[in-house]
Amino acid sequence: MPILTYREALNQALREEMRADPDVFLIGEEVAEYQGAYKVSEGLLAEFGARRVIDTPISEEAIAGAGVGAAMAGLKPVVEMMTVNFSLLALDQIVNHAAKYYYMSGGQYNVPMVMRAPTGVGLQLGAQHSQNFESWFVHVPGLKVVLPATPADAKGLLKSAIRDPDPVIFLEHELIYLSKGEVPAEDYAVPLGVADVKREGADVTIITYSRMTLFALKAAERLAERGISAEVVDLRTLRPLDIDTVVESVRKTHRAVVCEEDWPMCGMAAEVIAQIQTEAFDDLDAPILRVSGVDVPMPYAKNLEKMAVPGEEDVYQACLRVTEGHRD
Amino acid sequence: MYRKMVLIRRFEEMAGKQYMQASIGGFCHLYIGQEAVAVGIISALRPDDYVMGTYREHGQILAVGSDPKAIMAELFGRETGISRGKGGSMHLFDRERNFMGGDGIVGGGLPIATGVGLAIRYRGGDQVCVCFFGDGAVNEGAFHEALNMAALWKLPVIFVCENNLYGMGTQVTRASAVPDLNRRVSGYGMESAHVDGMDLLAIRALSDDVVAECRAGRGPWFIEAKTYRYRGHSMADPATYRTKDEVEEWRVRDPISIYEKQLLGAGLITDEEIRGISAEIDAVVDESVKFAEESPFPQADALYDHVYASGE
Ligand SMILES: Cc1ncc(C[n+]2csc(CCOP(=O)(O)OP(=O)(O)O)c2C)c(N)n1
Ligand SMILES: [Mg+2]
Repeated sequence: MPILTYREALNQALREEMRADPDVFLIGEEVAEYQGAYKVSEGLLAEFGARRVIDTPISEEAIAGAGVGAAMAGLKPVVEMMTVNFSLLALDQIVNHAAKYYYMSGGQYNVPMVMRAPTGVGLQLGAQHSQNFESWFVHVPGLKVVLPATPADAKGLLKSAIRDPDPVIFLEHELIYLSKGEVPAEDYAVPLGVADVKREGADVTIITYSRMTLFALKAAERLAERGISAEVVDLRTLRPLDIDTVVESVRKTHRAVVCEEDWPMCGMAAEVIAQIQTEAFDDLDAPILRVSGVDVPMPYAKNLEKMAVPGEEDVYQACLRVTEGHRD
Repeated sequence: MYRKMVLIRRFEEMAGKQYMQASIGGFCHLYIGQEAVAVGIISALRPDDYVMGTYREHGQILAVGSDPKAIMAELFGRETGISRGKGGSMHLFDRERNFMGGDGIVGGGLPIATGVGLAIRYRGGDQVCVCFFGDGAVNEGAFHEALNMAALWKLPVIFVCENNLYGMGTQVTRASAVPDLNRRVSGYGMESAHVDGMDLLAIRALSDDVVAECRAGRGPWFIEAKTYRYRGHSMADPATYRTKDEVEEWRVRDPISIYEKQLLGAGLITDEEIRGISAEIDAVVDESVKFAEESPFPQADALYDHVYASGE
């Protein structure tokens, strides 16, 4: 299988969907001539022209709204927010409009748009540019929310997102654009709403998504050296949430650690934990642990930032704690 | 004013150098080329006036008179930084001098400046608030909402658009249906002017008038200063979207050289004094780096400080 970066895989997905469907177009700040702030749209202007790869003024609300309107009028817009931080200026269009029209119109108007954005912590980008908002979007009925961790998933999920008849929030972790992985050469799509067991194990289930999946896999390798067998479930889509795959795994391992880079308060991990305990309380041998970002705005100073961002070690330690006293 | 402009230029050159050596991280947007705008306007203010900056604010906060040592230490992410290492390049604050940030969201400062204007009026003061933003910010909804509100309530706010012709890689003509920004604000019924952003004395003269008007209750005002950033948008941007010739054309109209010639022509400064100032400022900048390098990183506890003013 060819090895691609996460960024190349996303680029391929956009390219292939735009080739396949003339109604698919890309719109956002610096997506065309600049080739994307994170270069995801490299080469697309050259192939598809300015009609389908559209640079905009710095006007997030109008960009998102233009996506909603174009989708209602029958097109399939892919709206790029330069980063998820700036999507906050577009929240009204996303939450009050994109997420609501199908319901409010009694099924007359669906909104088949994708809002893509780099997300997550950066490197010393400070409090306004180093954030996660997936739990805000996940909160909203009517939205679908996708956060791929690998190049193969990035490509396959973006293709499904573009083909989906509903508004999809598609968040790409900005620190893994250059990470590499095998990507099938043939045409494929990864369905929305299906979690993926990225590693099988017997003693503890690590449930996570996005960049934390990569840390979980590394932690699992280290745990294996200590005789602890960890299963890693990558949620991939946060809404709709594939709780069945999670519960099935927890029934097998009897222990769970849920990891997110996001803040803990009302976060995705809290939701997953609530659902596990409802579905699988009797199967649990230990309280479910959670690994989250530290509950403060992101500091700039390097040493403080390092403390604030959860990583492999945090996942590893949580797994040790939850499996303490466990005998195979 | 000459000193301030040279200080900003040298400070920024040093910041660029330190960034390349990885002493400074994150996003770093240099002010080189735009010095006359901040210095011309801010020198017309009183110490009790307010300034709202952008993420390209090193020059703005230096113009206000903040300590270069504390600013450099902030860029280095040290405890002695002007925002205690918590903010970084985009988030410089100096409450003592009413410098209110340091905001990384395009257009985010305009409604806040309107609020500062409201507070000034509320308390019956005669201060003004100067709000800097770029040509890209005029396309945000916040720009229009803030301008209308400030005009409606006649608030003492001076909205200063630093039109450096580009918002990242996008030229104004590709982003604004009406590229003449004065025309765009005319609909709000506020006074406006445009000025050559490379001509310090022109900016200062206009600012004296505008500040007096706003103090007298005849605000708000909109000023468009046409200027140019010599470097890329940030340290990460190679700026391939503009030609070498274009950059050179602007460099010929360098704000510091222009003012230097004016001072020399008027006999207000000698070549020797210029050399003296240059050496003095190099020493100030070097000292700021030394200070930053020798300063400790923030203590681990600082991670949890300043989330709530109540201390919870
Ligand atoms: C709301 C928002 N959208 C997008 C960005 C990303 N961004 C940072 S600076 C910038 C360009 C701004 O250009 P301009 O207002 O002309 O200011 P300049 O950088 O030229 O000083 C963009 C798009 C942001 N910081 N905030
Ligand atoms: Mg600009």
